[in-house]
Amino acid sequence: MLGKFALKRRTLALGGIMAATLCLSQVLMPMQARAAEPIKIGFSMALTGPLAGGGKQALVSMEMWEEDINKKGGLLGRPVKLIYYDDQTNPKNVPGIYAKLLDVDKVDFVVSGYGTNLIAPAMPIVIQRELLFMGLFGLNNNKKWKYDKYFQILPAGPDPAVDFSRAWFDTVMSLSPKPKTIAFLAADAEFAKNLKEGAVTHAKRLGLKITYNKNYKPGTPDYTPIIRAINATNPDVIYIASYPNGSAGLTRAVSEVGTKARAFGGGMVGLQFSGIMKGLGPKLNGILNYDFYVPEPNMSLYPGVTDLLARYKIVAPSRKVDPLGYYLAPWSYAYLQVLGDAVNAVGKIDHAAIAKYMHATEFSTVVGKVKFGQNGEWEKGRTLTVQWQNIKKEKDLEQFTKPGIRKIMEPKEFATGTVKPFNSLR
Amino acid sequence: MFSSELLLNAIVIGIFLGGFYAALSIGLSITFGLLDIVNIAHPAFIILGAFICFIFNSHYGLDPILIGIIFAPAFFLLGLLIYRIYYERFEKIGAEPLRGLAFFFGLMFIIEVILIMSFGVDYQMVHANYIDYKATFGVIDIPFRMFVPFAIAMVMAIGLHLFSSRTFFGRAMQAVAQDSLALRLMGINPVKIKMIAFGISLATCSIAGALLVIIMPIEPSVGRLYIGQVFAIVVLGGLGSQSGTLIAAMLLGLLESLVTTFFGPSWSPAIAFSALILVLAFKPTGILGRVGDTRG
Repeated sequence: MLGKFALKRRTLALGGIMAATLCLSQVLMPMQARAAEPIKIGFSMALTGPLAGGGKQALVSMEMWEEDINKKGGLLGRPVKLIYYDDQTNPKNVPGIYAKLLDVDKVDFVVSGYGTNLIAPAMPIVIQRELLFMGLFGLNNNKKWKYDKYFQILPAGPDPAVDFSRAWFDTVMSLSPKPKTIAFLAADAEFAKNLKEGAVTHAKRLGLKITYNKNYKPGTPDYTPIIRAINATNPDVIYIASYPNGSAGLTRAVSEVGTKARAFGGGMVGLQFSGIMKGLGPKLNGILNYDFYVPEPNMSLYPGVTDLLARYKIVAPSRKVDPLGYYLAPWSYAYLQVLGDAVNAVGKIDHAAIAKYMHATEFSTVVGKVKFGQNGEWEKGRTLTVQWQNIKKEKDLEQFTKPGIRKIMEPKEFATGTVKPFNSLR
Repeated sequence: MFSSELLLNAIVIGIFLGGFYAALSIGLSITFGLLDIVNIAHPAFIILGAFICFIFNSHYGLDPILIGIIFAPAFFLLGLLIYRIYYERFEKIGAEPLRGLAFFFGLMFIIEVILIMSFGVDYQMVHANYIDYKATFGVIDIPFRMFVPFAIAMVMAIGLHLFSSRTFFGRAMQAVAQDSLALRLMGINPVKIKMIAFGISLATCSIAGALLVIIMPIEPSVGRLYIGQVFAIVVLGGLGSQSGTLIAAMLLGLLESLVTTFFGPSWSPAIAFSALILVLAFKPTGILGRVGDTRG
């Protein structure tokens, strides 16, 4: 009898231990599974199409950030995984991509693709779902929405469309004699038109008479008729907001046709891409354009960029991307850096709390200090105006890695040169 | 602001642009115009030709046009192969035209992806001494970047026209579009004729690609910009008429240049395609299309 009781007690004890183990496992295993489950960050990116030259270099540096953050333990103790799809530089593809990221891939965060035109179609989705949204090089995407969870990596300033070109106008107004007339040309696309509108604001502020103000269709094969039409109005300066194909075409056209304008450039996207720089060579001389990072000695604005670009250059050839990465690589790294720092600081996936933190914080990134202001734009602008000078060789990319080629005109505290009339450098 | 200098230069550039458009479209006037094959991959083959020029120009310094001519026979052979596949899989079994269109869509994407994987997505340019050269006659500038492609395009267009009208194979190509049964009854294999015609069409892509990369920088997807335009030119010119394609291309080039110069560049696509609609409204077969041909 005692033996049977002893057996029953042992059985009961064993059963109790097993039950306790089972209960504990139900509690512990999800925590471990969650700990192992990556934090997913989803986005569309221009991996083909006209902006792919920028999009692919952005992706390389974003993957470098993913690698770096995972080496440090990830976000909230969990590894980070980037999930992305090619938007083909086509805004129509963006809503579908973000719907898939959120509903199928179930990402924890979304960030934008590259550029105003690809950010705009994603805004309604992220606003509807009340998600934090980091933008990469978007111009005025939040002006209409005033969405409080949107933050933007483009050092244009609090009113991007206007502040983007401020430094350019400050530079041209330092020419002697001061310019009195200006011509505007923009690609028929959201970014370029927004930029041109902002630039027109400056022209009016400075009392410049507008002699030409038109848009052109992207994909135009030849730009010489446009340059001639502009020249016929005799502008003192010419402001252009263009995309890579147009920037290259307009640069070639002005080389062929010539112009009497004393400044040419402004918002020409694509002149910063290695393939176009190498292809155009000395034709770039004299162009006064915006930029964000140039290999000039005064670039203490960006303390982490030198190391980042050195790592990027090792990876770039095998990935068939822009070999230098000057234009986008630092910024796409920085916008994930900001997101990652904010998530870790808040300590949980709470989009509202993270957005509140981001509004209140100055971040230290590879591109220096970043502080967001109204509408998620930068509190203070830091767009450079540079003038191409001293380009002597054809088909030589190496010369563009040296100082003295893209001299900084503005901001004054980083200036490495003074502006010269366009034709004096050609 | 009107001036005679602006007008003359706009006309000159318009003519050069028209010649370039003719080079892009003339091959399609054979496949779409004569063979009824909706080769939507035509611009993609042009981009392929452009990248081949880029590779040999950047590595060996060869002239782009020379490269385009050297590779034309290879493109011709590729065209023979592609038509053979298309014929066996679609035409022979009487498949719906939509399936054939899907085939060429697939080809277009395959070419694009191969180019992206091989060359990346960055813009590429070629170099030749004449590209930066400009001749001036009074107030008229002749940029050789536009003039040389125009000249080559004219040689190609005239050559094709003479081939079509004066040679046996050329006349057989015209005949196969009119009545392939009658051709067969005359002891000529229409499939063989179509194969050669398709090969010739693709051979023009090699040369057109060389002209494209002289005029503008290229990246793998740039061909998509021209899909609508090349089909519009072929329809406007009249299906199957190389001369019509040439005239249509010139018309479009001129209109684009004049409207860009005097009214603004954003108007030029609207004006150019309005011209297309207007011509088709009065002459549905196109400028030199055959009466009774309602395929347009």
